[in-house]
Amino acid sequence: MQKVYSQIIQIAGDVITVEAEDIAYKELAEIKTSLGTSLAQVIRLDGKKVSLQVLDGSRGISTNDKVRFLKRQIQVSYSADLLGRIFTGSGEPRDKGPALSDNMIDIGGPSVNPAKRVVPKNMIRTGIPMIDVFNTLVESQKLPIFSVAGEPYNELLARIAMQAEVDAIILGGMGLKYDDYISFRDTLEAQGSLSRSVMFIHTASDPTVECLLVPDMCLAVAEQFALEGKRVLVLLTDMTNFSDALKEIAITMEQIPSNRGYPGDLYSQLAARYEKAVDFDGAGSITILGVTSMPGDDVTHPIPDNTGYITEGQFYLRGGRIEPFGSLSRLKQQVNSKTRDDHRAIMDRMIQLFADYREVLEKRSMGFQMSSWDEKLLKYGVQFEHRLMDLSVNIPLEEALDLGWTILAECFEPAETGMNQKLIDKFWPETAAAK
Amino acid sequence: MRTGRVVGVNGNMVAVEFTEKVKQNEVAYVVCDQEKLKAEVIRVKGNSADLQVFEDTAGIKVGNKVEFSDELLSVELGPGLLGKIFDGLQNPLPQLAEEYGFFLKRGKYMKPLDEEKLWEFTATVKVGSKVRAGDTVGTVPENLFDHKIMVPFNWEGDFEVVDIVDNGQYAIDKVVAKVKDEAGKKYDIKMVQTWPVKVPIKAYAEKLKPKEPLVTKIRLIDTICPVAVGGTFCTPGPFGAGKTVLQHLLSRHAEVDVVIVAACGERAGEVVEILEEFPELIDPKTGKTLMERTIIICNTSSMPVAARESSVYTGVTLAEYYRQMGLNVLLLADSTSRWAQAMREMSGRLEEIPGEEAFPAYLESRIASFYERAGLVKFRDGSTGSITIGGAVSPAGGNFEEPVTQATLKVVGGFLGLSQARANARRYPTIDPLDSWSKYPSFVDNDKAAKSVAMLRKGNSVGQMMKVVGEEGTSNDEFIEYLKGEFFDAVYLQQNAFDKTDEATPAERQIYVFDFIIEILDQKFKFQNKDRARRYFQELTQLFKNWNSQEFKSGEFNDTVAALRKKMAEGKAEELQAA
Repeated sequence: MQKVYSQIIQIAGDVITVEAEDIAYKELAEIKTSLGTSLAQVIRLDGKKVSLQVLDGSRGISTNDKVRFLKRQIQVSYSADLLGRIFTGSGEPRDKGPALSDNMIDIGGPSVNPAKRVVPKNMIRTGIPMIDVFNTLVESQKLPIFSVAGEPYNELLARIAMQAEVDAIILGGMGLKYDDYISFRDTLEAQGSLSRSVMFIHTASDPTVECLLVPDMCLAVAEQFALEGKRVLVLLTDMTNFSDALKEIAITMEQIPSNRGYPGDLYSQLAARYEKAVDFDGAGSITILGVTSMPGDDVTHPIPDNTGYITEGQFYLRGGRIEPFGSLSRLKQQVNSKTRDDHRAIMDRMIQLFADYREVLEKRSMGFQMSSWDEKLLKYGVQFEHRLMDLSVNIPLEEALDLGWTILAECFEPAETGMNQKLIDKFWPETAAAK
Repeated sequence: MRTGRVVGVNGNMVAVEFTEKVKQNEVAYVVCDQEKLKAEVIRVKGNSADLQVFEDTAGIKVGNKVEFSDELLSVELGPGLLGKIFDGLQNPLPQLAEEYGFFLKRGKYMKPLDEEKLWEFTATVKVGSKVRAGDTVGTVPENLFDHKIMVPFNWEGDFEVVDIVDNGQYAIDKVVAKVKDEAGKKYDIKMVQTWPVKVPIKAYAEKLKPKEPLVTKIRLIDTICPVAVGGTFCTPGPFGAGKTVLQHLLSRHAEVDVVIVAACGERAGEVVEILEEFPELIDPKTGKTLMERTIIICNTSSMPVAARESSVYTGVTLAEYYRQMGLNVLLLADSTSRWAQAMREMSGRLEEIPGEEAFPAYLESRIASFYERAGLVKFRDGSTGSITIGGAVSPAGGNFEEPVTQATLKVVGGFLGLSQARANARRYPTIDPLDSWSKYPSFVDNDKAAKSVAMLRKGNSVGQMMKVVGEEGTSNDEFIEYLKGEFFDAVYLQQNAFDKTDEATPAERQIYVFDFIIEILDQKFKFQNKDRARRYFQELTQLFKNWNSQEFKSGEFNDTVAALRKKMAEGKAEELQAA
């Protein structure tokens, strides 16, 4: 018979302290309050004093409520039954389906042995030229979308999820607006992708502590799918809410903050999650696409800053478009030499020309004279923005490369593009005359 | 064995109550169910000790037993280290993978060196020889070198060899020699010895001032921000500025005997790239693969934080061991900021009074004592060995004013600051040639190097001015200075890492090419107008760029020399025309 403790000696924030014995670090407990039953996790042991973070929050907890320790850590059920289901951050069903209790696995497991990783080699096609052509997404990559609030990052995530050729999609929502959660669910359902998806959703109105569990739940499940040989795409939105939840708990626990109130281990905490992205030697893979909303559009804010050091590149979403400057896929070199022989050349040259276009814009705004070359660049820039950068464009890589050539041909003479002659001979569209 | 009991757990810090005694920094094991978790004593207060645990602490209970080992955190030193991949505690990762599969299960430790493997031992001393700590008693061939078997580094006084085994094949824990001290007490010498990682090995006669340039084959470094053999340098930069790419290039091309890469708290994927690449890449100097001269210490960002702290010490201790053999070792630590953050995390848990940005007050002294383990040393027999340390720094927000960068700048001899602006402009390597500095001499003429930097600075300031007043507001002479600066940057400072030849430029070629550059920078050009000037420098740049990817002193290389001479003469002709 498990012992029940009914003497809560401290309640601060969402953390309560009880006196108990024989309790393991990170063990799970159950608290019965007048408002219902909540789970709690041990986060500090100090002699007999046991501090627990309460998943449902501490509101309404009375000092004589009963705390029962469960002799296990936080776990999630793993089986093929998960597909098509929606859960809360603590793994309870959010849809109308049954609770699952088979084959429970621990969350937040150990790190992958680097000797069992392989260098990734497969591209993930998204149908978005700004990704496929210019910053190719690679299987097992971890990549955040940096953007300010109000940008359509969730729509972008949903689109990538729809089109990516993967075996399973796991969506982790942290502090998600209820409407956003519904639109994610409806989009997946409408496209028939719900049957290969699992969702762990913490909405903005749910208790903070649950938010902390979402990435671990998603990644524990993803790891199991990947070990079975599946290619898994994990979408995490929004990691800024996760980091803020970390901050909240750290401050409650009276930890010394390091930078703008965030705990000193923010980097390690984020890395522990992002580093779960892996291409297993002899099994499947996990690709992580996250959203990091940048407070005040400031990339030096601790959250985007630490994220940038961990992830393999980033996409900047600005004005509803993926910004070509600053956006980077560090792994693109692994795949873009094998797609089509003009891929790298188009990628480099079109961006250089676009950079020139931006300079011309600046020059024009300062009132300098426009040369004929400047006029050509202006024409090119508008075409580029309109036909390639716009997020509504949805074409496969090959078509996007062809379109690139078409735009170049419409704006420039072949020699002006600075492209290699062999490529020009092969790809320059014959019908398009330079106007 | 001394034992204790767990009284508290907070993250990876465990408080332990003990009865007899404990030693600061000794290794202890926390017994948790079936597992024994490795930990280190980091603070003692009354009869309670604080331990940092090198593993996940989930499941530890108050009352769990703790076993104290009496040993400081140590590494094993012996033949067979080269080509290995270790974690921060010297566990061999490929062997762990073979034994335990995909994941790094906690509480699983393995011997770093192969204990079965036989090594061909050749004695270098005889019975009756006098030896001291660090002296060689014999050698075994290891990859490219004769690996010296040395008298343990911490033995004090003179010893006399009383027994030495015959030449032949032995495993590492074979006693190969017996010696006695002045009092007649006998000691065994094995092929393997252990050494505490946080203590520098000091079995040498004296430490010298580093002055020989270390050839990195990266022109920007070698020519204007050189590194010395036995020196120290740091490479701070914001994310995406190419720190890791630079470290990889250094680890591949630097002219040293042994390279130790300490991947400390960074991405696992980057280490995997080295693991797949290095066994395939041939070192032109030795004809062997790069892996044979490399040791990788890999404690990536998701591995336990406490072991991250020890990984840089493990790296530098292995470097010292190979230095003792008279070799030149390059230690690359990527990134020292993660190591500093590991200290910060621990300091926070210990509730120490925080310094700037919550880093502990001892941050500076720890960083300084780490870099001080670099150096050029002379041994008693007159031979020398060296450790060069290059540390990447990842400053928060890319701001070099933060504590780790500042503490590092105080103690290093070279600052290679990476710039986001250069990365955005795709100018590689992204080391900022104007902000970076070095206290070491270059192998090119130092006056010429200074002159080239001055020209770059002038060109840069003209460029800045031109952004405001436009080309039309700039004089022709100033415009040419700007073009010269851009030309120097484009053809000499920038290097294409994807081009087989351009990727690495040996010293001889750098000296040869740099003379050309200086000649051009010195030449007083005059052109009729800016367009002609621009076209001239564009053509010159194109010629030079082609030249960079042609093999040194090959036929096409010499053809280009002729073409360059012609082009330079054309410049003179233009001058006459303009006059």
